[in-house]
Amino acid sequence: MPEKTWPLGDAALLVELGSRIDTALNARCHALAAALEKRSGVKEAFAGYSTVTVHYDPERTSYAALKTAISRLLQEKPRVGPSGRLHRIPVSYDGPDLADSAELLGLTIADLVKLHSKPTYRVFMVGFVPGFAYLGPLPAALQLPRRRVPRTHVPAGSVAMAGEQTGVYPLPTPGGWHLLGRTAMPMFLNFTRSPSLLRPGDRVKFHPV
Amino acid sequence: MSWNTSRLSRRPAPAEGVLLVEKPGLLTTIQDLGRPGHRKFGVPPSGAMDRFALAAANRLVGNPEGAAGLECALNGPVLLALQPCLVAVTGADFTPTVNGAEMPPWTGVYLAAGERLSFGGRRSGARCYIAVAGGLAGSRWLGSLATYLLVEKGGFDGRTLEAGDVLSLATSAPRPLIAGRHLSRRLLPPYGREPALGAVPGPHHGRLNRASRSALLKSSFAVSRDADRMGFRLEGPPLALSGSELLSIGLTMGAVQLPIGGQPILLMADHQTAGGYPVILGVARAALPLAAQLLPGDQLTFREVGAGDAQEEWRRLREALEQIA
Repeated sequence: MPEKTWPLGDAALLVELGSRIDTALNARCHALAAALEKRSGVKEAFAGYSTVTVHYDPERTSYAALKTAISRLLQEKPRVGPSGRLHRIPVSYDGPDLADSAELLGLTIADLVKLHSKPTYRVFMVGFVPGFAYLGPLPAALQLPRRRVPRTHVPAGSVAMAGEQTGVYPLPTPGGWHLLGRTAMPMFLNFTRSPSLLRPGDRVKFHPV
Repeated sequence: MSWNTSRLSRRPAPAEGVLLVEKPGLLTTIQDLGRPGHRKFGVPPSGAMDRFALAAANRLVGNPEGAAGLECALNGPVLLALQPCLVAVTGADFTPTVNGAEMPPWTGVYLAAGERLSFGGRRSGARCYIAVAGGLAGSRWLGSLATYLLVEKGGFDGRTLEAGDVLSLATSAPRPLIAGRHLSRRLLPPYGREPALGAVPGPHHGRLNRASRSALLKSSFAVSRDADRMGFRLEGPPLALSGSELLSIGLTMGAVQLPIGGQPILLMADHQTAGGYPVILGVARAALPLAAQLLPGDQLTFREVGAGDAQEEWRRLREALEQIA
């Protein structure tokens, strides 16, 4: 599928490489973002699941020049990126939505916990708030739409899921995902230069405690 | 009191207190031009909501545009000068005064030790900016002094100012201190309570049906009570979108998202860095200062511009800043 590009205001653009949650597609987005960040005039490139948002300085480059550069970069053979770090995250599966989610999915709580803690998830991106990693893909048997009414307050450390995604709320924020449990492992590292424990490309395995 | 050029013999050394906060105001934070480059960790750019006003305030006191100053929302603080300093007040008009006498806005003004900068009340706008020659010191996080309240980082210990806080200078003030630099009103962005914000159609604009596309440009949108440094929820005619659910994308200040329900959200300085709602518009950089000065109940309209024209508007705004020398 050829990429699509749109302006995002007058100093950013969005390039879309696809519309699925897919590890190889996401890896291409991260490789493209990394390559673009090396170009002069590019201030920041953010890889989403299947897109890259490029923040640029219009005095030093242009939408048209970036569009051409993106097409060229995408024709190059994708380099294999670093495989990322593996994190084992201890989880107490005692969240307020655990029983309801199991019932909606037609599973026992034990099966839900087993299914959720079995895969090694990929960090597709970090966003929303500092340290919030979007992990996936979630097993099909666990996929539920997000809650109809989001909670106004989700405690930090809540392990949650929605759709094809799972993740850990790093800070007390509002949130619409289903809360399965909690971890004491800090996700937001407020004392480092890279303040998110989880980084794009890392892998995550939850283990029940 | 005279506003004329003053030259000082005594250099205030960095880290010496320059201003004592006698009253903090409702929501006063240290801000600079933000910390871009960290969205990949989920960290928004933060910094001044009205970047033009902060940059102008800094230039008016001889600072680099990105020096840290104060952003004061809805009302201003009471600040006592502990030593002679040069200040400028820009952005919203909260009736700035020095020892009770009204001082000119958008102008470098000399404060003698013992003089008080305070504010008589809001006349227009939402956020005023105070720059001090030398720039304010603060705690630096990821390359910026901007306060980000959600994680309590940057600025004054990551928090809003409180009575009794003492503000220090980041560097020795540039010498000589030159008071009286001024930015003419005719060079300011067209601030007002009903601005037309230049905006570039965004990635998902094409998903709007014909009636909604027309309503987006022809209707007024009110800023709702849900408006803060993260973004403004707007209230207007419901807008209808078609198409399947989206995967989250990286966002930017000025992006206009359209959640289910059809009421848009304009993202501002502390915006969430990623989100899955369709992005129908991107407000141009030149129009963001206008948005930053809106309060709940104010009305705005969107005016469609191409990215190239929007960049030209930004250049013109920059020329105004560069006149301050």
